[in-house]
Amino acid sequence: MNAMLFNSTLVIYAAATALYLGYLVKPKEALGRLGHWILCAGLLVHCGYTLNRYLEAGHTPITNLHESLSFFSLATVGIFLVFENRYKSYILGSFVVPLALLFLATSAAFSSVIPPLNPALKSKWLAVHTVMAFLGYAAFAISFGVSIMYLIQSHFLKKRKLGPMFQKLPPLDMLDDISYRCLTIGFPLLTFAIISGAIWAETAWGTYWSWDPKETWSLITWFIYAALLHGRLTTGWRGRKAAMLSIFGFAIMLFTFLGVNLLLPGLHSYK
Amino acid sequence: MNIIVVGLSHKTAAVEVREKVAFAPTQMEKPLSAVVALPDITEAVIVSTCNRVEIYATTRDVAGGMARLKRFLADYHGLSLEMLESHLYSYHGEDATRHVFRVASSLDSMVVGEPQILGQIKTSYGYAAEYKSSGIILNRFLHKAFSVAKRVRTETKIASSAVSVAFAAVELAKKIFGELSDKTVLLIGAGEMCELAAKHFINSGVRGVMVTNRTYERAEKLALEFDAKAIKFEDLLEQLPKADIILSSTGAPHFIIREKEVEEVIRRRKMKPMFFIDIAVPRDIDPKVNDVENVYLYTVDDLNGVVATNLEQRKIEAAKAEAIVEQEIGQFFKWLSSLEVTPTIVALRTRFDEIRKSEIAKTLAGWKNLPPDAEKKLEALTNAYMNKLLHQPTSVLKKSEQGNRNDLYVDALRNLFDLEAGGPQESLVELEE
Repeated sequence: MNAMLFNSTLVIYAAATALYLGYLVKPKEALGRLGHWILCAGLLVHCGYTLNRYLEAGHTPITNLHESLSFFSLATVGIFLVFENRYKSYILGSFVVPLALLFLATSAAFSSVIPPLNPALKSKWLAVHTVMAFLGYAAFAISFGVSIMYLIQSHFLKKRKLGPMFQKLPPLDMLDDISYRCLTIGFPLLTFAIISGAIWAETAWGTYWSWDPKETWSLITWFIYAALLHGRLTTGWRGRKAAMLSIFGFAIMLFTFLGVNLLLPGLHSYK
Repeated sequence: MNIIVVGLSHKTAAVEVREKVAFAPTQMEKPLSAVVALPDITEAVIVSTCNRVEIYATTRDVAGGMARLKRFLADYHGLSLEMLESHLYSYHGEDATRHVFRVASSLDSMVVGEPQILGQIKTSYGYAAEYKSSGIILNRFLHKAFSVAKRVRTETKIASSAVSVAFAAVELAKKIFGELSDKTVLLIGAGEMCELAAKHFINSGVRGVMVTNRTYERAEKLALEFDAKAIKFEDLLEQLPKADIILSSTGAPHFIIREKEVEEVIRRRKMKPMFFIDIAVPRDIDPKVNDVENVYLYTVDDLNGVVATNLEQRKIEAAKAEAIVEQEIGQFFKWLSSLEVTPTIVALRTRFDEIRKSEIAKTLAGWKNLPPDAEKKLEALTNAYMNKLLHQPTSVLKKSEQGNRNDLYVDALRNLFDLEAGGPQESLVELEE
């Protein structure tokens, strides 16, 4: 049942990705609309998978790389659909949905067997801490996709390459706005994830902060996004600079999430 | 019945001629009723725009009808026909249909693909319908033209790109800013193109306009025209951060805005994007300004480049549109030829005869011990009955062929008895549209 739901989600996301990418190439509104509905269907199945796993395991299914990548993908699709609905632009999907597919496909590379729960994770903080962290990550992922669009569109405008792709991509200010909104969602979530993590660490390990690699890199990520938001509000880091910083922030965030788990041994190395 | 078209357009006549034959849109009743009062003209629609004046009419007598319409155009406007004749074109049959479909689809427009013409024809048709100068054929004809135009617009990208410099500037601004409703335009200097672009921006709903000029009085004058705010030329750099879109066309021999200044300005704007449009020759704005972060600079050549590409694109789309027009001509003619009397009479007789034969067959099948000549007698009886029934309508139809109402009868007959060609459903759907 679990494998079936997971594989169905993977196939549906792949189909949605193909349609959204097709929409980027061919100016057919129907492609985007179809992609949208297929993605919605995929999200439902994905929710079904996550819920089923929750019931089977008896705890929040974000305890290893397979589960967290899958939830990362789920959160990305969920938040993306909200933005797509708000901005009425299918073209966003051409840059964001492939990311969600990539996360899920990576998730498939790790074992999906439900292991006995690590005793350190037996806590009501598990749900709060992980869900917030990954919702925040998902918001950053969307900001990353939109920032790439911004750089492409700004390049077209500067170099006066006003081809069909340029016509397709949304206005610069809209992309900047979406990216900023994503950050204003992602940053508080990351902040609360770190705070809840610290509180949980105090109850589980007896100390709020132990400079474990995950903690250190989370803090680095937090500082990058804090700088980006601060710069925007004070000296006006927007447009190209903001887009590049958002892309950089996402790279660091990915390292915090995956690199730390796979490369740096520490308390958070859940594989 | 034939459709004829007589008229002139920007392709055959200069504006001096066109304005002389134009009809005032508020008083269309007089010319419309005058045209349908002409001998042998049954229906008429007059289209009069700044680029064309055309009469669409139906007639039995193609050559005579055209001559009368030409004479009418000259007489009505008090012009000599000899003078007018060289500017007039006339079409009939398939060519007339093609012409009107192309006009409605904006394939014959000065700027191919411009969207106004369809609305103008719809208004003209509205007058004709109001004053009852159009009838069954022109109604159907123009509705068909509207649906062809609609098809062309949805199936090709003929009207999707900007083909004037001013419009291209607005389109680009929308690609940078999205909504223009909270943006401010600054006009530096004056000039036809600059003012035209400013008008386009105002029509697109920008929030405010500022105007500056070396001579403050001229700035004030222009400000009055655009309902804008005049600023002193010395204050330009100080005011520049307030502007999102800058249109420049001064006669200055050197750059008036440089990279360094724009870098300072964009910082004061907290990096909010700026769009410079340099229409001046020699240029007003240092091309290096384009390298400043979040600043986009387009010169008149860049915009011309955009327009040229779009025009090229339109040509490709126009070819697709022509193909659609050709397709639709065939369909319309199928319906038009079905309005002829003789084939209708034949079709009507065939329909009656089919019913008669099938009823006889049914009766005979259930009838045992038939007297030997019963079948023959039955044939004769039903035949006579059918002929008597059809005699009156047939002779009225034939007589109507000399008059002018036959298309009405034919169309009604075809609908009442569901005779082939055209089909009643299709005509209803299109007239409702």
